[in-house]
Amino acid sequence: MSLDLAPALSATEEARRQIEICNACRYCEGFCSVFPAMTRNKAFADGDLTHLANLCHNCRGCHYACQYTPPHEFALNIPAALAEVRHESWERLARPQALSKLFQERGVAMAGLLTVALALFFWLIAAFRPAGGEGFYAYMAHNLMVAIFAPAFILPLALIALSLRDYWREVGGGRVRLRHLAQAGRMAGRMRNLDGGHGDGCNFEDGDRFSHRRRIAHQLVMWGFLASFAATSSGTVLHYVFDWPAPYPIWAPPKLFGVPGGIAMVIGTGWLVALKLRADPNLGARRVWGGEMAFVLLLGAVAATGLALWLATGTAAVAPLLAVHLATVMTLFLLMPFSKMVHGFFRFTALVAEAGKQEKG
Amino acid sequence: MTEIYDIAVVGGGNAALCAAITAAKTGARVIILEGAPEPYRGGNSRHTRNFRCMHRGPMSPLTGTYEEEEYFHDLMLVTKGKTDEHLARLAIRTSEECLPWMQEHGVRFQPSLSGTLSLSRTNAFFLGGGKALVNAYYNTAADLGIEIVYQAQVRHVHRDGQRITHLEVQIAGAPATRIEARAFVLASGGFQADIDWLARAWGPSARNFLIRGTPYNRGVVLKDMLDQGADSVGDPTQCHAVAIDGRAPKYDGGIVTRLDCVPFSIVVNRDGQRFYDEGEDTWPKRYAIWGRLVAAQPDQVGYALIDAKSIDLFMPSVFPPIVADTIPELAAKLGLDPAAVAATVQQFNSACRPGPFHPTELDGLATEGLEIAKTNWARPLDTPPFYGYQLRPGVTFTYLGLKVSDSAQVHSPEGPITNLWAAGEIMAGSILGQGYLAGFGMTIGTVFGRIAGKEAAAHVA
Repeated sequence: MSLDLAPALSATEEARRQIEICNACRYCEGFCSVFPAMTRNKAFADGDLTHLANLCHNCRGCHYACQYTPPHEFALNIPAALAEVRHESWERLARPQALSKLFQERGVAMAGLLTVALALFFWLIAAFRPAGGEGFYAYMAHNLMVAIFAPAFILPLALIALSLRDYWREVGGGRVRLRHLAQAGRMAGRMRNLDGGHGDGCNFEDGDRFSHRRRIAHQLVMWGFLASFAATSSGTVLHYVFDWPAPYPIWAPPKLFGVPGGIAMVIGTGWLVALKLRADPNLGARRVWGGEMAFVLLLGAVAATGLALWLATGTAAVAPLLAVHLATVMTLFLLMPFSKMVHGFFRFTALVAEAGKQEKG
Repeated sequence: MTEIYDIAVVGGGNAALCAAITAAKTGARVIILEGAPEPYRGGNSRHTRNFRCMHRGPMSPLTGTYEEEEYFHDLMLVTKGKTDEHLARLAIRTSEECLPWMQEHGVRFQPSLSGTLSLSRTNAFFLGGGKALVNAYYNTAADLGIEIVYQAQVRHVHRDGQRITHLEVQIAGAPATRIEARAFVLASGGFQADIDWLARAWGPSARNFLIRGTPYNRGVVLKDMLDQGADSVGDPTQCHAVAIDGRAPKYDGGIVTRLDCVPFSIVVNRDGQRFYDEGEDTWPKRYAIWGRLVAAQPDQVGYALIDAKSIDLFMPSVFPPIVADTIPELAAKLGLDPAAVAATVQQFNSACRPGPFHPTELDGLATEGLEIAKTNWARPLDTPPFYGYQLRPGVTFTYLGLKVSDSAQVHSPEGPITNLWAAGEIMAGSILGQGYLAGFGMTIGTVFGRIAGKEAAAHVA
């Protein structure tokens, strides 16, 4: 018996080994955006693999269709190999580095940060209760909220922008045209990369059977989140431009966007959690399973506490609910560059880059 | 198992699944006995890619038309007439109605592909390949209530006169049990994975062959039926082989082990000598003969040599080429005699003449004065680095099979066996007596699988 002393391959090396086998077969061309991108290459530089990894939406269609999955000696597991490279790319490109891996991998760390945020907001509401103000602002002054949330929102976005700039360089993205953005928007808006190419959906919660459940659940969360974001943005406009501060009636844009958005997010995140519990964890990046799950729960908590706060209007529950809601929002904002939240930015950027690369051929 | 099934289907690939699904849809109680464990279910179907389909007009995903006569003509070209015309035309004509049936039962096709594939008129490509097709059929089978048993090795098909009474089946290595049914469909493939059988049929050199597909097609059921006097068809000594990368796994290497470099190479044998015109025709028309060519060389091995000018002219191989800066160095790395290879290359290079080179068409750029000419794409090997691939014969399937009627029924000299049908590779030798036509194996499996399922169901109804 001999000892196998060969060093384990890095995530990128393992992905390269697998993609080179994959690229000699090409039976899966048609499932998603990864395969047309793959077939443009004969050799794969690290940046090419980063690009493929961020195009992959983990639909798993290629895995269940593959002739070379274990126990075959080629031992392909493309969804997992690309998930590893993808997470590694987010961690590598995130700054500050010290925080990047911690929150991607560990739900516990995320819960820890949430606890700190909770304590902060309970203290703020208790200590700085304003004398006047209406609605939420009776508990925390508008200016104090802005002073806290504006930097907590803008700073993480700025960090993400820097990461995306590095990403663009790494994958060799070209000049961005409006039509590239439009194509990426169409792909993401309908989540085409989870429709299987044939329109039957993806493989996730039920082995090799196709379904649209994950695609729909994801879109509920995504559109719900965007609607909630629109609610906040419209509130800001009303406040500053039209001098109309909260609270808003049900027919005003902040509520028209916020209420359905929040409901969609609660349903979508709950559904995603249920699906993820049924899915095979070996077809993703195992080490980030906890961090991903915590992130989905956090998103759900943001939406659920927001809705609860609205329903509790005028009751004694507003003060504690406000603290909890603001704490979840704060945690979500601060973790944008270091959690699964960043996937939206990278995936969209990858789709834009791919639109450009397709034109170059 | 003491229950009596209406129909027992032996095998778990495309033909078996088509038969089982067709029968179950009539209400019959069906069991599938798949010899492989679940991850390897589907026989050689899991390595397939497309379905050759007649169509009298555009039919998604196929473009244009592909009529019976053209299809039959294509088949005659590859089989050189070794086909049963009646059965062949039945397969061709029925293929057209199979395509929508496949889609109804979960098979999905690729939209007409961009780029290099020129088969979008004649062949429908499975989205995800043959394993995706197999998965779809297993899901359909499960939904229809078909019982599916993996690792179920059928050891004996018990014949009592012109009837089959039961099967003796070993399940997951347990002692054999009897499975009784009122009708039986045999769809358990050829014998190409039984190296001993190949060696007896072909000669001891067959031990150096690689098997491109499943290790589970060992022909146990085929041999059992032939031993019991079933009518046979096809040359028992022949198998279909293509030249594949010599580093491929012994079994199950599938599509990725193919090498498309021959037309742009010179190919030498173990002794460093060329042995055939590498540029005789385009690769899609010639890849199938190179398995036999290499099989006829000493040690059943060949070596394709390429220079830097040609390395990007073909699909990437799963194994990287051996690289060297000089021909003698490359020969040494490949384990060949450097002097002999260098002499062959030098002789070849000096026989090349200038002229336009067109990699995608017959360009007539031929050598002059060589005993074995290269008649197209002949360019000197003069631009380092130089690349080498080892070639070995990769067996795809065997031709020996059960002779069936146009109702897929198995016969013996005493007449038809009343409750036994066969489909797929186990009977494909009736139609493919020689050569191969891309995507036709799946056509035979689908057409005759459905016929066998329908006939068996009618028998028990």
